[in-house]
Amino acid sequence: MLAVVLALASGPHAQGTAPASPLTLVTRDGRRPVPTTVINNQEFIALDDLASMFQLMVREDALAGGVTVSYKGRTIVASADQPMASVNGRVVTLPAPVVRVGRRLFVPIDFIARALAPIYDVPIDLRRASRLLVVGTIRVARVVVRIDAAGPPTRASVEVTPALLASSMFDGGRVIVRVEADMLDPAPPPAPGGLIDQIQVSNQTTLIVFALNARAAMPRVSTTTTTESTRVTIEIPPTAQPPQDTSAAPPAQPAAPPLGALPQAPPPADAVPALPGQRTTKLQTMVIDPGHGGEDAGVRGTKGALEKQVTLDVSRRLKSLIETRLGVRVILTRDDDRAVSPDERDAIANNSKADLFLSVHVNGAPSPAMKGAEVYFLRLDRAGEDARRSTAASELVLPAVGGGTRPIDVIPWDLAQAAHVDVSSRFASMLEEELEKRTPMGPRPLQQAPIRVLSGVNMPAALVEIAYLTNAVQERAVLSAEFQGGLTQAIFDAIVRFRTYLESPPAP
Amino acid sequence: MTRTRWLQAAAIVIVFAVAAWGASRLLERMVSPVQEQQTAPAPAAPAANVAHIIATLYYGTPDGQALVAVKREVPLGEGPRAQGHQILQSELEAAPAPYVSLVPPGTILRAFYITERGDAFVDLSPEASTMHPGGSTNELLTVYAIVNAVTANLSSVERVQILIDGKQADTLAGHVDLRRPFERDTSLVRETKGTQ
Repeated sequence: MLAVVLALASGPHAQGTAPASPLTLVTRDGRRPVPTTVINNQEFIALDDLASMFQLMVREDALAGGVTVSYKGRTIVASADQPMASVNGRVVTLPAPVVRVGRRLFVPIDFIARALAPIYDVPIDLRRASRLLVVGTIRVARVVVRIDAAGPPTRASVEVTPALLASSMFDGGRVIVRVEADMLDPAPPPAPGGLIDQIQVSNQTTLIVFALNARAAMPRVSTTTTTESTRVTIEIPPTAQPPQDTSAAPPAQPAAPPLGALPQAPPPADAVPALPGQRTTKLQTMVIDPGHGGEDAGVRGTKGALEKQVTLDVSRRLKSLIETRLGVRVILTRDDDRAVSPDERDAIANNSKADLFLSVHVNGAPSPAMKGAEVYFLRLDRAGEDARRSTAASELVLPAVGGGTRPIDVIPWDLAQAAHVDVSSRFASMLEEELEKRTPMGPRPLQQAPIRVLSGVNMPAALVEIAYLTNAVQERAVLSAEFQGGLTQAIFDAIVRFRTYLESPPAP
Repeated sequence: MTRTRWLQAAAIVIVFAVAAWGASRLLERMVSPVQEQQTAPAPAAPAANVAHIIATLYYGTPDGQALVAVKREVPLGEGPRAQGHQILQSELEAAPAPYVSLVPPGTILRAFYITERGDAFVDLSPEASTMHPGGSTNELLTVYAIVNAVTANLSSVERVQILIDGKQADTLAGHVDLRRPFERDTSLVRETKGTQ
């Protein structure tokens, strides 16, 4: 084996220094740091690290004058003398040749993209600017935040490349934009200005958070999508009369709290069933409740359309859309034409530990002129208000299995919704706002009412009346694929926004 | 016996007979709830010799979007329970033009009673549910037409629970929770010149 005495071994040994920050290896299984070293102003990575990360065989080869790297019968021969490598017989250039530091061999980090990526099974993407080494089919969104006009009014934008779904919400003086990606690759954000106090974006979450100052009024957010990118534009008008001091700020526009560290990934879902009053922080399961069924046909249209069939059709569409595009598990309270009591519907939602409940109905009115969608959430009576107060005041703490304690809120099960009414109102508002973009709305688009099926569900919940079946035009429309497609997209958009709300840090 | 004495005796007998009839009617009402008759007098045209009150009843606006309060003549009842019965009887009749009836036609008031706590119970025949055309909006208007009709006219009543066929019901048509009593809610009422 004397032949395996490389020029590498006899050449000058380089000395490396650590770069400002390590690379981050990102895979489906998570992320971890990968150390690199800087030699002669070039960044290198150890070949043995690469070998363990990518299951490579590394062999020093004196005859070839370099190093042979093998992966499933494919080879890379990297030169020790020249800044180049042969990749399956094809020559690629590198910023520097292979270098030895002590007993270890190092290659320039561009070796990963130029030499290793072409022979590897799954995509490898080295993003130098954000120091990410992305392996596998992971949706990484390049995010560029800009302040287009300091104003006021202040206009900011978030450009997401490639064109991925982005949703936004306004919460506690902050605008939170969530990108439907596995991770962000953010450009350094600009300095805050105008009515924006702080901008936070990092590759640790998929959220971009704008903290607004006390002079900011309710912002308007719009999204445009091209084939290449999605652009979220945030326009922040000033309040009509700036407050004299912060204590005079109206409650609806509180001063944005100072932002601490961005929220980390939500904690894993609790295996214990959610108890009344526990706020869910993740949308993993939702229940869609097609109204009526069996002998209870619901509203009958003048041309014969039945509410029970329309609600089932729309609910099935929603289930398919949400499961396919959001990866959220969807359970229907009925998937055929049968009667289901309100208590059974609630029990299905509670037993499946759903994080969200949506009941789908079609409306009816004495006048054939009435039309439009309406959204309901629960209005509590005295008993319900008492129950809601009890969740805040009379909390018991019981020992939990495995040590520690867990809070138990004592509340009658048929009033389980009492603990969620505030969050339900958020969801209902989002539904109303998204529906308004795509369908006509009724005279009272958002209402609070004592709806039977909502009272017993232990999770945020709303009921949507998608149209009036007693209106001849709407009766025809609700049976069409076009209407149902637009409607389900609107509901889907609201659910995406609600998920962002759930997963965002609670406003103080 | 003179003619005058005969007349005095006859008058005494008549007075006693009327008093006895009145007492028996009073006792009858005290021991049993008011049972409704299917053929109540039309509320809009009470007999000229029957005392009446002006009550506020609730119907749907012509566009079906809201409730409207309408002043109508309703036969006078003896006490809150009897008066409530008369009011509901009128509420269940056809709406005056151009308004819309919100309680399904054919619905009968089976009973009406008030507890000492001020909770009223309106017991409707099954048609209130089985003949209801459905829809959350429609159902809300039906419920609050009844609840408001009782609470707007009977100051002693704070809450109203609707029963169907003598029993607690889940809903009329699948939406509004009937398991608990309702308080008056005028948020669904639209101001109008429709007072009659």
